[in-house]
Amino acid sequence: MENLTALSYELRKDVINMIRSGKAGHIGGDMSVIDTLVTLYFKQMNIGPENMDDPDRDRFVMSKGHSVEALYAVLAEKGFFPIEEVIDTFSKFGSKFIGHPNNKLPGIEMNSGSLGHGLPVCVGMALAGKMNHQNYRVYTVMGDGELAEGSVWEGAMSAAHYKLDNLCAVVDRNRLQISGNTEDVMHHDDLHERFRSFGWHVIDVKNGNSIEELDAAFEEAKTVKGKPTVLIANTVKGCGSSVMENKASWHHHVPGDEEYEQIMKDLEERKEAALK
Amino acid sequence: MSKIANKQMICEVLMDAAKTDRDIVALCSDSRGSGSFTPFADTYPEQFVETGIAEQNLVSIAAGLAKCGKKAYAVSPACFLSTRSYEQAKVDVAYSNTNVKLIGISGGVSYGALGMSHHSAQDIAAMAAIPNMRVYIPSDHLQTRELVKALLKDEKPAYVRVGRNAVEPVYEEEHVPFEMDKATVVCEGTDIAIIACGEMVKPAKDAAELLNAQGISASVIDMYCVKPLDAEAVVKAAENAKAVLTVEEHAPYGGLGSMVSQIVGSRCPKKVVNLSLPDAPVITGTSKEVFDYYGLNAEGIAEKAAELVK
Repeated sequence: MENLTALSYELRKDVINMIRSGKAGHIGGDMSVIDTLVTLYFKQMNIGPENMDDPDRDRFVMSKGHSVEALYAVLAEKGFFPIEEVIDTFSKFGSKFIGHPNNKLPGIEMNSGSLGHGLPVCVGMALAGKMNHQNYRVYTVMGDGELAEGSVWEGAMSAAHYKLDNLCAVVDRNRLQISGNTEDVMHHDDLHERFRSFGWHVIDVKNGNSIEELDAAFEEAKTVKGKPTVLIANTVKGCGSSVMENKASWHHHVPGDEEYEQIMKDLEERKEAALK
Repeated sequence: MSKIANKQMICEVLMDAAKTDRDIVALCSDSRGSGSFTPFADTYPEQFVETGIAEQNLVSIAAGLAKCGKKAYAVSPACFLSTRSYEQAKVDVAYSNTNVKLIGISGGVSYGALGMSHHSAQDIAAMAAIPNMRVYIPSDHLQTRELVKALLKDEKPAYVRVGRNAVEPVYEEEHVPFEMDKATVVCEGTDIAIIACGEMVKPAKDAAELLNAQGISASVIDMYCVKPLDAEAVVKAAENAKAVLTVEEHAPYGGLGSMVSQIVGSRCPKKVVNLSLPDAPVITGTSKEVFDYYGLNAEGIAEKAAELVK
């Protein structure tokens, strides 16, 4: 599909079907982060089933591993595995499609799920690239609630220390976490300043669900030398349908029949609008 | 007989290998001095990563490096490496199956007088409980040399614990029996089987001599490969003896004694007694003073062994 915004809405349907089938999943974060994943996998990174053994491939680590359903939908679209298999088996007994990324699956580099691991792991990946004089880039996506993990800041500190300009992190700033508003749970409104003070180049992506804006930000990141870049992607949790948008209770809610019908209708409408 | 610390031997083997292998990377968390890794950092700065005092970061970075083809050796005090970065060891190393060797230095009660925060008397239990994590505790610098050479040849995760100080060698320079993941039989005997690891192997060996003088025949097994435990060696030693005595620089739960007891209990039931540190903060003192106090020396081991075969 040429139109990536339309593709993003289409892939959201796969996510919804996955979650309905598996009766589980982190639906809100899937919907907020999927545009970042589509931009990375279809515009930015040189990753596909054909080159997963290429030492010069870009690297991606899904630090907010609970949004694995969105990653599955994107990887399936890239051809790593059939989407039907994911939807049929997700979260079911014996399935290889579990509720967090697992590197036994093609296309997934690192196991994640516990928060605060992706950025430090990516520091190692980016360091290896520098040591070997390779040109690949390293990407990770973190949740905003995840930023309360201390290990994130250990990673941030070392990424700047080692001047890892081949590393780009994204914060999926959807402002909600399982207990409610991020600012009530643990405030992060000064996170731009925090990253700057750690020596990072910070890009505020006003609409973090806009593939155009995300793509432009990733392009800017590539021009930054001597320091890592973080994109603060201001997203909408549950983005795609008013049924679930900006509702903390949809962190991991499984849509009922009526909700499902409405969400699928909304997604189709937004997809059609994007195609116009 | 030369005496150098096991940690220093690890550095020497890695430096030797790094001459021809640019993928060997050592990482320290402000621990290059205590880990005897300053020579590595000075000689191979391009293959050395300093993370500062940040053990979680140390292990995750090592995993990221390994995922991109590096052979990562993360060197940090065992007390921190086995607790502060436990989740990184579990998820980024063992679960993600990255070629990271976690080198826990100054293990056990090496930092004697510094207190429980600096002791790693829980590391066997913690690390062995993680699927896909191996646990090695070599007894002397010669065995350490062979172990690290073997580890360089594989691509799997491992945790290695070594002590802070140089210890009396168990083996001789000309004769270092070593087979990866097979326990080393230090001596054979028929009355009691003493199974030990790490710094406890030398006193166990000395205890066998004391026992011999009393007419008690003891075998001593150097179980440097705590996980995968060499179960066949345990069974063989137990079957040939009246009882089994395990000796370890570890808390009483979840260590070598627990693992040996499982094997003996299920495969060749015999009395097994575990000599270990207590389930409590240990008394203040040097390693030797601490070992002496808890009977983790040749005399203490011999006394317990003699009691068992009476």
